[in-house]
Amino acid sequence: MEHTSSYEPKSAFGKWWDDRLPVARLMHGQFVDFPTPRNLNYLWTFGGILTFCLVAQIVTGIVLAMHYQPSAHEAFNSVEAIRRDVNFGWLLRNFHAVGASMFFIAVYIHIFRGLYYGSYKAPREVLWILGVLIFLVMMATAFMGYALPWGQMSFWGVTVITNLFSSLNEIIPGVGTAIVEWLWGGYSVSGTTLNRFFALHYLLPFVLFGIVVLHIWALHVAGQNNPTGLDIKTKSDAVPMFPYAVAKDAVGLFAFLILFGWFVFYVPDYLGHADNYIEANPLVTPPHIVPEWYFLPFYAILRAIPSKLGGVIAMFSAIAVLLFVPWLDTSRVRSAKYRPLYKWFFWLLVISAVALGYLGAKPAEGAYVTWSRIFTAYYFAHFLIVMPILGLIETPTALPKSISASVLPGGSGTPQGAAAAPETR
Amino acid sequence: MASEVEEPNRRDFLVIAGNAFAAVGAAITLWPFISQMNPDAGAQALASVEIDLSPVKEGQAITAMWRGKPIFIRNRTPEEIKTAEAMNPADLPDHSARNDMLPETTPALDANRVKKGKENWLILIGICTHLGCIPKGQAMGDSKGDFGGWFCPCHGSHYDTSGRIRKGPAPRNLEVPPYEFVSDNKIKIG
Repeated sequence: MEHTSSYEPKSAFGKWWDDRLPVARLMHGQFVDFPTPRNLNYLWTFGGILTFCLVAQIVTGIVLAMHYQPSAHEAFNSVEAIRRDVNFGWLLRNFHAVGASMFFIAVYIHIFRGLYYGSYKAPREVLWILGVLIFLVMMATAFMGYALPWGQMSFWGVTVITNLFSSLNEIIPGVGTAIVEWLWGGYSVSGTTLNRFFALHYLLPFVLFGIVVLHIWALHVAGQNNPTGLDIKTKSDAVPMFPYAVAKDAVGLFAFLILFGWFVFYVPDYLGHADNYIEANPLVTPPHIVPEWYFLPFYAILRAIPSKLGGVIAMFSAIAVLLFVPWLDTSRVRSAKYRPLYKWFFWLLVISAVALGYLGAKPAEGAYVTWSRIFTAYYFAHFLIVMPILGLIETPTALPKSISASVLPGGSGTPQGAAAAPETR
Repeated sequence: MASEVEEPNRRDFLVIAGNAFAAVGAAITLWPFISQMNPDAGAQALASVEIDLSPVKEGQAITAMWRGKPIFIRNRTPEEIKTAEAMNPADLPDHSARNDMLPETTPALDANRVKKGKENWLILIGICTHLGCIPKGQAMGDSKGDFGGWFCPCHGSHYDTSGRIRKGPAPRNLEVPPYEFVSDNKIKIG
């Protein structure tokens, strides 16, 4: 978004510094007087909430690493020691463990918000793709983090997920096994595996941070989308980010922190699994292996396909398909608010995702499998069939003339024929 | 000038050779960083284990460890052997015997998964070929699945009394590790 920073250095030193490294000018331009659509609703506070989650995970994670022992013999006990002995260890550990779940709650809301309001459409394709990459790296980080307490679910979760790669044996015999043994550093999941997962779990959040910087950069080039999906056309369509958007973000963040705090202080283990308080045992598989709740929809897709390789391909495709959403959606209108038919399909997608999450936690048998297949079919159909076709045949309702017209009294969005601001390509 | 194709000169050669050299160098530099993740010689060493079978009575089973993996050892009853032998490999999901001591193409006959004259001893790597869980069926109270062998609770794979996959998502029969009878009642795995 082209605009000049209104930054004025106040002191002689500030002026001297600004001539040499104008970092304050950059921050002022991007985060203080950056033009923000005046009609943003609370769903737009999740970007800020997610930034908070990432920073909180990095800060708590670094201090936890000061007490954690990444070895097969010590890991389980050191996590228990953090919880029982280390000063405030109970708080830091719970905050980090619950924080992972909160991070995913926020990211799922953020993704569905983007899908509803068409935030992936031109000119925000790269912004969206960076978001999908963030989601992928987040999942890898969370998966490796869950291995670290070295409980039964940690151990068997790692065994099952790393074994997904052995399905490549069905394409080229031996390749899958070679990859799995390379990941494990042995012939089974062992302390060697735990050690490298710890190293990567420490590294990936910083990779994540780098992609987040690019994500925010891309956001500030295109400018924020908004509930109408219209572009900022006049000065009155926008308000400065500070104090307006920042204040709204703060309200959203505090509301989110109440939920966060409730989990941390009252039910820290509610989102986890009791089996993970049994130390890892390579000779006994828990009767019912389930991943963390945030992986359940993808786990349900994996199990819905009756072939091993097919299930793995379907699971990875479920994420990969998101990369193509900017081009799969053919509608000229961004926001689902003005798409009377798409709106219904959007909620069908939400229901499918939630239902798959429920089914992923159930045993893979009988009606659960049948329903998993039905919802998996809709998940893919939504992106590959509904999005391209509906965009061509649907007649959008009349768009407001501008962002301000949609929210300000007097100029209230009097429908004026066809789409006032169709997306330009 | 633009339409004429210039002969490659000495500089072009140097640029191509230099880049190729740098590419090979980069690949060689990367190699140790990838290879360090593979199992090292210590893990690779075929630490073989010897197991005494004499305490295992007919119908009982024990689990041993080899290379960090559980090894299922079952002393099968005559009925279990009979049902295993009656099965035609062509009717099975996986036609291969999956015996590390025999070629890949060996048919999945029960005779190809045990030692001749020791048909009661079934020795298997106790790892489900689907996603690596440990199937149930070793302990007394365990569910043995629909075919009297093993049952993997993770995703519902059923194995028969020869450890062959019969129902469920697992693609292959349970693997038979390399082993030999060092005496009448003792085996050496690996």
